[in-house]
Amino acid sequence: MAQAADADEYAATLGDWTLVSNELLNELTFFVLAIFVGIEVISKVPTILHTPLMSGTNAIHGIILVGALVIAAGASSPVSVVLGLAAVILATTNVVGGFVVTDRMLEMFKGRQAARTDEAATKR
Amino acid sequence: MTVVITLAYLLAAVLFILGLKQLSSPKGARNGNFIAALGMVIALAATIPQLHFTTTGLIIVLVGVVIGSVIGTVGARMVKMTAIPQMVALFNGVGGGAAALVAVSELLRLGAHPPFAEAFPSVFSIVIGSISFAGSMVAFAKLQELLTGTPITYPGQQVVNALLAAAIVGFVVAVLVIASIPFSFLALMVLAVVLGVAFVLPIGGADMPVVISLLNAFTGLAVAASGFTLNNFALIVAGTLVGASGSLLTKLMSDAMGRSLGNILFGAFGQVHAGAGTAAGAQGRTVRTSSIEDLATLLAYSRRVIIVPGYGLAVAQAQHAVRELAELLEKRGVEVNYAIHPVAGRMPGHMNVLLAEANVPYEQLKEMDDINDEFKNADVVLVVGANDVVNPAARSTPGSPIYGMPILNADQAHNIVFLKRSMRPGFAGIDNDLLYDPKTIMLFGDAKDSLTKLVSAVKAA
Repeated sequence: MAQAADADEYAATLGDWTLVSNELLNELTFFVLAIFVGIEVISKVPTILHTPLMSGTNAIHGIILVGALVIAAGASSPVSVVLGLAAVILATTNVVGGFVVTDRMLEMFKGRQAARTDEAATKR
Repeated sequence: MTVVITLAYLLAAVLFILGLKQLSSPKGARNGNFIAALGMVIALAATIPQLHFTTTGLIIVLVGVVIGSVIGTVGARMVKMTAIPQMVALFNGVGGGAAALVAVSELLRLGAHPPFAEAFPSVFSIVIGSISFAGSMVAFAKLQELLTGTPITYPGQQVVNALLAAAIVGFVVAVLVIASIPFSFLALMVLAVVLGVAFVLPIGGADMPVVISLLNAFTGLAVAASGFTLNNFALIVAGTLVGASGSLLTKLMSDAMGRSLGNILFGAFGQVHAGAGTAAGAQGRTVRTSSIEDLATLLAYSRRVIIVPGYGLAVAQAQHAVRELAELLEKRGVEVNYAIHPVAGRMPGHMNVLLAEANVPYEQLKEMDDINDEFKNADVVLVVGANDVVNPAARSTPGSPIYGMPILNADQAHNIVFLKRSMRPGFAGIDNDLLYDPKTIMLFGDAKDSLTKLVSAVKAA
């Protein structure tokens, strides 16, 4: 907490830039770094894995369920109840369906990878 | 955020990154999916104790999770392997919709004058999430053949789309500057949904995988934006990871098709003339057909046969029949291989999944670059329900919509046999000169039906 206060004090000395909170700066940092990690981590994917990889990343953005839970938990007005319920249903479908369908695709390759692995690793 | 939840989110983020890494290598792809799922469970488990549930809130969360889990599990388990691409589109779309709803809800909570740092990402999430939702639904409809797979175009389409985009930008500025006009979010969502539909309609069915991948990246970004609104680290990192890797994957996919992303997204507008031109040129030409018995003899006494499977094989559920034919030929000493075009089926890798399901030995599945030099030594190329991926126009006709796309060199084989339902052009909607080649024999009919007949004829040969 002391650190955060210092940072805010420091931010205050920057005049108009106090509009940008310390928290927002942290978030921006994570955002930019995550862009680079996201690009770097899949840069060498063989063609046959394009579909499962797309499906896997599709499941990961189902993390929006965390957001849906946050808004649904405190819902009280009729509008917020409807929005919260719809968001939770959609997000859960995304997470559960995404991971299950990806697993189903990859299941097909089960036991067939051994011979393939070395070859594919040297490709691209 | 407390220490526990921050550390849990950090762990989840690490697991997502490791999961993605594994998913992009054949060795550990399935593990990668488990690792990512574990990250998801950790993120959710850490979030729930931090929430202050109202009674209503608890009920809607429970009801929502149960309904969503049932839809997700049943949908993912029951869907036929051929229909996997549209299922991914559907799951992507609902994610985009959820991101938009979360942002709307948060903006409503923030009241009449939300701070810019919250309002801007919310509005971004509403727009991008809604486009992704609507676009994915159109992609689903096209792949499910509820809508035609050919590009839907009309005069002035680009102008209409540009006006829609401009209207959205105008609304965004209005929402951010004037703040919270009643129903402004609703109007924004409606506009974005319309743009999402209008954006995907002119794109052909064969290009849907690339579109789904792009919309997948969009949803990632919408989720990240919702993360900025809620100040939630897990949403920001996971959403951005998907946004970035999804964008790269989209580029890799269009590269595999030998086309630029711009050409795929906006290329339909010039295609009308090209299609009409070649169709007229096809008239008056004849094709060669043959009896099942003659074909069976040709196959049975070949030394090398290459099978080119396409989406038609998947639609006819003929993967088991083709495997049976291949095994039969191998018993007679014929060398059989499968040539897999990078975009065979309707998604890169789709055909591998289908043939693996039919227990085709993995060693027989050859990627395009590995097998393209073998075609000239092949006695017979058996093209089952494929068309565009062996169309020589991609090499020879600069005006063709598929010009430049890498194709399988089926035209170099001694004999080419097409199992096809009709002379209808493929998904790209263009005529294929190879069908009229003197070396080509057509066998019309349902792929599974034709293959089953071939199997019994080869047995007799």
